[in-house]
Amino acid sequence: MGLSVDMEIKHDVLVVRLRGELDHHTAEDLRRKVDDVLRNSEIRHIVLSLTDLEFMDSSGIGVILGRYKQISARSGEMVVCSINPTIHRIFEMSGLFKVIKFRESEAEALHVLGVA
Amino acid sequence: MSQQNFMRLEFAALSQNESFARVAVASFLSQLDVTMEELEEIKTVVSEGVTNAIIHGYEENPEGIVFIEVSYRDGLVELVIEDKGQGIADLDQAMQPLYTTKPELERSGMGFTIMENFVDSIEVATGVGKGTRIRMTKRLSFANAMQN
Repeated sequence: MGLSVDMEIKHDVLVVRLRGELDHHTAEDLRRKVDDVLRNSEIRHIVLSLTDLEFMDSSGIGVILGRYKQISARSGEMVVCSINPTIHRIFEMSGLFKVIKFRESEAEALHVLGVA
Repeated sequence: MSQQNFMRLEFAALSQNESFARVAVASFLSQLDVTMEELEEIKTVVSEGVTNAIIHGYEENPEGIVFIEVSYRDGLVELVIEDKGQGIADLDQAMQPLYTTKPELERSGMGFTIMENFVDSIEVATGVGKGTRIRMTKRLSFANAMQN
């Protein structure tokens, strides 16, 4: 099944939409794709939209935290939205919600970051 | 009526087999009256165990072989994931949340914590230079319903 990564830049926000499965095998590809776009220094924030993410394990936590560190070094924020219940529990267990905000929808996530 | 079944798998320590292992185990267990949530939890622990075997047990050497055994009896599922790799020198430390020997690979150190949370029991047997064997059990909710 794999992972498909769709990205869109809105003002200073990079919206990353994931579809499929995020595991050790697909994490490297996600890391490379996002890091390529983050070379653009005008991007300050990331919205992670997970509506169509069907599976994620601790490899996903690792790659998300890695991107969070980069964004936070630019004084940016990461907001995640639309998570399925099992993935939500993995986020909770890992303490990710201590540093990453959660909003129900992509529109709300963008609103938090000042993009209408 | 007693329901019981068994399966065994072995495959190369390649990361593309992580997804194969999850789907194979889920497909085997879908013979039972398992909920979507239980199936997601089981897929997640399979993924964690197999990923550990590939990254830590075999250091991504594709000549390594990962072994999985799944059995069930009356709604009690037993899952064994094993490698013949390098083993874990300090198991207590390895099982601590957020502890990882490979931060440079952006490993989160959450694998064992997630496994502990998604199953009812977990036992890890490991020996340096010998490998690691994780045995987990999980009681499915339909079995509890039958009992009551």
